[in-house]
Amino acid sequence: MTNLTPTTEPSVAGADEALATTARQEGRRPRAGWRAMLPTLTPALVIGFGLVTAIVLFGLLGPMFVQDPNVVRNTGLQPPGDGHILGTTQTGQDVLAQLAFATRGSLQIGLIVGVLATLLSAFFGVLGAYLGGFADEAFSLFSNVMLVIPGLPLVIVISGFVPQEQRGLWTIAVVLAITGWAASARVLRAQTLSLRNRDYVAASRVAGERSWRVIAVEILPNLLPVIASQFVFAVIFAILSEAGLAFLGLGASNSSTLGTMLFYAQNGFALQLKAWWWFVPPGLIIALLGCGLSLINFSIDEIINPKLRNVRAHAKRMRIARKAEAR
Amino acid sequence: MSYFVRKLGFYLVALWAALTLNFLIPRLMPGNPVDVLLAKLQQRGGIVDAATRRSYELLLGGGTDDPLWVQYGNYLVNLAKGDLGIAVSVFPTPVSEVIGQALPWTIALVGLATLISFLLGVGLGAIVGWKPGTWLDSLVPATTLLAAVPYFWLALILVLVISSTWHLLPGMGGYDVVLSPGWNLDFILSAIRYGTLPALTIVLSSIGGWLLGMRNMMVSTLSEDYILTAQAKGLKNSRILRSYAARNAALPSIAGFAISLGFVVSGSIITEQVFSYPGIGSKLLQAVQNSDYALMQGIFLVITLAVLGANLLVDLLYGIIDPRTRARS
Amino acid sequence: MTASTGRPVLTVEDLSVVYDVANPVTAVKNVSLTLAPGEILGLAGESGCGKTTLAYAINRLHKPPARIASGSVTFSDADGSDIDLLGLSAEKLRSFRWSKLSMVFQGAMNALNPVTSIAAQLDDVLRTHRPGMSKAERRARGRDVLQRVGVDPKRLSSYPHELSGGMRQRVMIAMALILEPQVMIMDEPTTALDVVVQRDILREIIRLRDELNFAVIFITHDLPLLLEISDRIAIMLRGEIVELNSGEQIYRNPRHPYTQKLLGSFPSLTGDRGDFIRTGDHALTGDNR
Repeated sequence: MTNLTPTTEPSVAGADEALATTARQEGRRPRAGWRAMLPTLTPALVIGFGLVTAIVLFGLLGPMFVQDPNVVRNTGLQPPGDGHILGTTQTGQDVLAQLAFATRGSLQIGLIVGVLATLLSAFFGVLGAYLGGFADEAFSLFSNVMLVIPGLPLVIVISGFVPQEQRGLWTIAVVLAITGWAASARVLRAQTLSLRNRDYVAASRVAGERSWRVIAVEILPNLLPVIASQFVFAVIFAILSEAGLAFLGLGASNSSTLGTMLFYAQNGFALQLKAWWWFVPPGLIIALLGCGLSLINFSIDEIINPKLRNVRAHAKRMRIARKAEAR
Repeated sequence: MSYFVRKLGFYLVALWAALTLNFLIPRLMPGNPVDVLLAKLQQRGGIVDAATRRSYELLLGGGTDDPLWVQYGNYLVNLAKGDLGIAVSVFPTPVSEVIGQALPWTIALVGLATLISFLLGVGLGAIVGWKPGTWLDSLVPATTLLAAVPYFWLALILVLVISSTWHLLPGMGGYDVVLSPGWNLDFILSAIRYGTLPALTIVLSSIGGWLLGMRNMMVSTLSEDYILTAQAKGLKNSRILRSYAARNAALPSIAGFAISLGFVVSGSIITEQVFSYPGIGSKLLQAVQNSDYALMQGIFLVITLAVLGANLLVDLLYGIIDPRTRARS
Repeated sequence: MTASTGRPVLTVEDLSVVYDVANPVTAVKNVSLTLAPGEILGLAGESGCGKTTLAYAINRLHKPPARIASGSVTFSDADGSDIDLLGLSAEKLRSFRWSKLSMVFQGAMNALNPVTSIAAQLDDVLRTHRPGMSKAERRARGRDVLQRVGVDPKRLSSYPHELSGGMRQRVMIAMALILEPQVMIMDEPTTALDVVVQRDILREIIRLRDELNFAVIFITHDLPLLLEISDRIAIMLRGEIVELNSGEQIYRNPRHPYTQKLLGSFPSLTGDRGDFIRTGDHALTGDNR
């Protein structure tokens, strides 16, 4: 609250210290150091983690256990049952098998783009903010311009100009990464700027530490939760964007992702033919993966902003205190 | 004052960047786009003369011997004249006319949907943040999870449920095709009817972001000293919520409008595709499918201009409602 | 000017405030005090002794997990009625606040709404509590209170960030005066300011008290300051009031060992080097008196 005298009034944020104090009093060790940075195990985190793990396992191991997705049968569009757990497509291909391979494809691209975009945003965000001065201004201007130029139209236009044959997985991944790093860069820059002005960084610089050491030892560890959160956002963004692209027919050629599945479903008139087993599962997987990742991000959010962590405990205590004080 | 000048300057830089991108992309891609276009043009029965070739070369490059910066200069001059070329896929309509027909539909859809989404999201977020512990809290995870669902899949589900199964609203098109476009009540009502599902898709997908952001900011803001002062002053809760809490908590949401608008525009392109809505998004996709490079370029330019313009307006608005920005140099 | 005798305007009886955390903490323990009309009561103690919690609890501004465990707070209005503050309904509490009892908070850096003008913030109090006033009357009153605290009325259209720290604190005081309350609780109102500005503000407060005759509870850790301006002083330690006496008595005849310690820890400007107590005696070598 105020910047001169320590407050005697526990606010929501200050309840943190009260909790740690009581933990000490009761003989429990309060979480210190690294462990304090880990999220508390809430139902949201467990569900999120569970969802993501399940889908990742499905994508990794599923293709080994399902039928060949490319086998074409003349049975045509079949609802679930009779040897095909999720039915078949219009060309008689097994939906479950396609789903497994498509999940793997989507995860692949999600991961690649996630890493690339995070690297780009870390470079432009952290380095620029740390160096300050002209470099910071230039990087920041560049990020903001890239941010403001609408992403998907740009991707569509670039994809449109590239001939079909040359639209490989890596091309699409690079294009998505290039259009997706700007938002994270801005967040990282803001965080780095605030960290840069903290006392312990200044102390380190005065003591004569070299720049790269200061970044590596003082700044990066404190940025880790934010970088982790931005990485998760990047993966969500990548999977959703790629799915959208593929749905529009602009995805990576020769690759099978959840978006491509939806593209074929749309073109095979799955909607009109009420073939829900064809287009609901791929979208559902994307949605569940996105939900899982968002839930994980919620928990990371509570680390970054301790005030949120205490909202739950605070609301509970409010109820108890109100009841006790009722006249 | 300098705030407004800086913002204007930034958007001019962004505009320049967009124009340059628009200029560079066709020239960096493999192949010669002009030849492809002219071939298509001939297929459609168009006349290929030097003027047509020149017009395309200005936009797309390829084939000329002029050095790059000369091309750039000519390109900019051409744009300033408003010449975006001829749309090959709908020959002989000029690109500007195609865009002019489709743009109002998109602006109406995206504009209204974004506005509704923003107001609802920020409003509900304020209420949820103000009074935690009611059933409204469940709105936060619900809308955030909705935001993780891909636009187009949500659109497909909505069409399946509301349109195909329950037959409540039409799932395709921008208006009833038996009517002729015009400023009459029948047409406008029909347009609203057809636009409801697309708008609903956009609102459902984007509301989560604003709701969560606003609610988090409310939690932060409520622990500030000026809220305590307001309560000590004996002000009514409604006034504190409005003028003290929400007005401060909404600032980051408005500041972050840029990022959100980008997503909404992106999502609307796909939404238009699903609903066959006659907006600029579906025109862009048709252009890509038909390799109508000139139209693609033109639409990208217009979309970018619209997004930049909207962002500039919002940034200027922010400068007015947060008096502190005007003080910072 | 000393306080007038008669019925005390504020009576706190046996008040206890508990923080309901996992291991409950009693921040305020059985505190009793009275405040006479027009009196300046100083409340001194170190950080964490509970003085701010006490101040907030009196006005029911304390937030969970703080909870009033026992005791009563009675406000004796000038019109003769007695108001039980802890029993007031939410609506009655709202109309009571500021019109009868106002507060000036620690460090007005953040106590003013950053996005609205000073005029608007003075105005909304008037609109809420004096709905009969016209716009012109409200404006005039705003100008009037600003002038009283020594701020140029042209500042009405300014925003908080455009004012210096001292000016902001003056605006806070003006805002606290605007309904002419009978009691003002000031929580470290000058701590965040430099000493010269501090002096000016304190002079204003005393002058205004002389003019309008409101009572003040002045909370600070700065005991020498209280010795100069208070009629009576209460010393608080770990949630309890350990000594309550006139300023004169506290200075010359401190009874509780903590009071003596407090008095002994402020360096004096006169006397030999190494002297700590104001009287110039060596406090380090001998034992405290």
